[in-house]
Amino acid sequence: MTPAPLSVSVPARPFRPATTEPVWLRRSLIVAVLAMLSVLVLAPLVTVFAHALRDGLAMAVASLGNRDAQSAIRLTLTIAAISVPLNAAFGIAAAWAITKFDWRGKAFLITLIDLPFSVSPVVAGLCFVLLFGANSAIGAWLVASGHPIIFAVPGIVLATMFITFPFVARELIPVMTEQGRAEEEAALTLGASGWRTFLTVTLPNIRWALLYGVLLCNARAMGEFGAVAVVSGKIRGQTATMPIMIEMLYNEYLSVAAFSMAALLALLALVTLTLKSALEWRHADQLAAARRH
Amino acid sequence: MQIEIDEIAKEFGPATALHPVSLSIPSGALIALLGPSGSGKTTLLRILGGLEFPTSGRVLFDGQDATGLTVQERRAGFVFQHYALFRHMTVFDNIAYGLRARPRKTRPSAAEIDRRVTRLLDLIQLPDIARRYPSQLSGGQRQRVALARALAIEPRMLLLDEPFGALDARVRKELRGGLRDIHDQTGLTTVFVTHDQDEAMELADLVVVMSMGRIEQVGRPNDIRARPRTEFVRAFISA
Repeated sequence: MTPAPLSVSVPARPFRPATTEPVWLRRSLIVAVLAMLSVLVLAPLVTVFAHALRDGLAMAVASLGNRDAQSAIRLTLTIAAISVPLNAAFGIAAAWAITKFDWRGKAFLITLIDLPFSVSPVVAGLCFVLLFGANSAIGAWLVASGHPIIFAVPGIVLATMFITFPFVARELIPVMTEQGRAEEEAALTLGASGWRTFLTVTLPNIRWALLYGVLLCNARAMGEFGAVAVVSGKIRGQTATMPIMIEMLYNEYLSVAAFSMAALLALLALVTLTLKSALEWRHADQLAAARRH
Repeated sequence: MQIEIDEIAKEFGPATALHPVSLSIPSGALIALLGPSGSGKTTLLRILGGLEFPTSGRVLFDGQDATGLTVQERRAGFVFQHYALFRHMTVFDNIAYGLRARPRKTRPSAAEIDRRVTRLLDLIQLPDIARRYPSQLSGGQRQRVALARALAIEPRMLLLDEPFGALDARVRKELRGGLRDIHDQTGLTTVFVTHDQDEAMELADLVVVMSMGRIEQVGRPNDIRARPRTEFVRAFISA
């Protein structure tokens, strides 16, 4: 007697990895995301440029040429040029203090760094007005000595720095936490001073995260409206930044001028983003190594 | 260099890492600090290297009080547990780091640095890896580069924190001999931390068994095996 041949007939079913969703689901998710991004991000951006160029490129450029517009552009670039380097330095210092040392009050400092993210910019601006405005003791003295802070450039720098403070520190803290202190300790045992250790070991290790934080900080510094609106006093040609100028022009129904300025601001932000993407693309491996968290 | 540890204690806030411990390390010896994690052995090593300062007690190098010396002034060649190689520098730059960090007056010329790094790469038997980055090396190679980097500063002593801890068993055996050879060639007083009793017994002239921030026993490997002084030592070395 011969045993019946074993027939192994497994019904043919296509193999599907556990983490892969069906095609229809994937496609509809992608479509949904694209649709949302188009409405929320792409459409407004296109509209800004379309409106700016409604009467032709010449009109748009001309509207940016008058003295007040020039002053606003210059002011915005100046504010960014002052507040971004300062915040980069403070951000490094804060991240350093938090990640390389153990001390009481560390948790408090972390909360403090996050504060600008959670406080409304208008509130922040008002706080500065109360602190340094003409009605406060410090403010009265500052005005009397000829160096007012509120309704002047220093106030705008302060407000911008407050709003953009977290960007660099937040970017650095996880990277520096992950890298630990061993390399710095090694440099010290090899005879390097603290400063040399920072320049030759710490800084090279955080350079990508730092650059990333600086770019984000810069984008926000140029675009900040709420806090700046309160402390600047919106003096045309003196304390009106680009975002403030845009609002004023728009309220005066000068829509080509408003949208031209808006397009320029958007363009500056896009340059920042492009720079960021270019860096990510060119140094993908180093970034991945530095941002393993 | 002879090292004298005199009643060193260390507290981290409310936690006591080291009860007052005393230990005399003869010049040129190869010493193992052996104990389970939390026994205080790494803390003691870091105090010797100047990375941690004792709450009380003194450290003497050749009879001179060294307690207040900064980490840079100690000139201790320190090998870290995960080697802590500078990841953005080549092997050459890693080894040359300590020489380049010297003040201008005592800094060797570029040619001299080149010569010394080459000699150290020969010493660790990896003459061809100068241009590579730490991420391109095996665990065993990294450990030897860390050793070369520590030796480059012409240290007064060599301190190693779990030098074989991150390696697989086969490489570990190989490199034990390597450390012994380098110790014998340089004649440096060498202290290494380990939780592996085989490693301590095989390699060290003198083994210091530690537990809970105290020194349980100090002795030659054979003496400790033959005559464990406390119940802890007996249990730990028979494990």
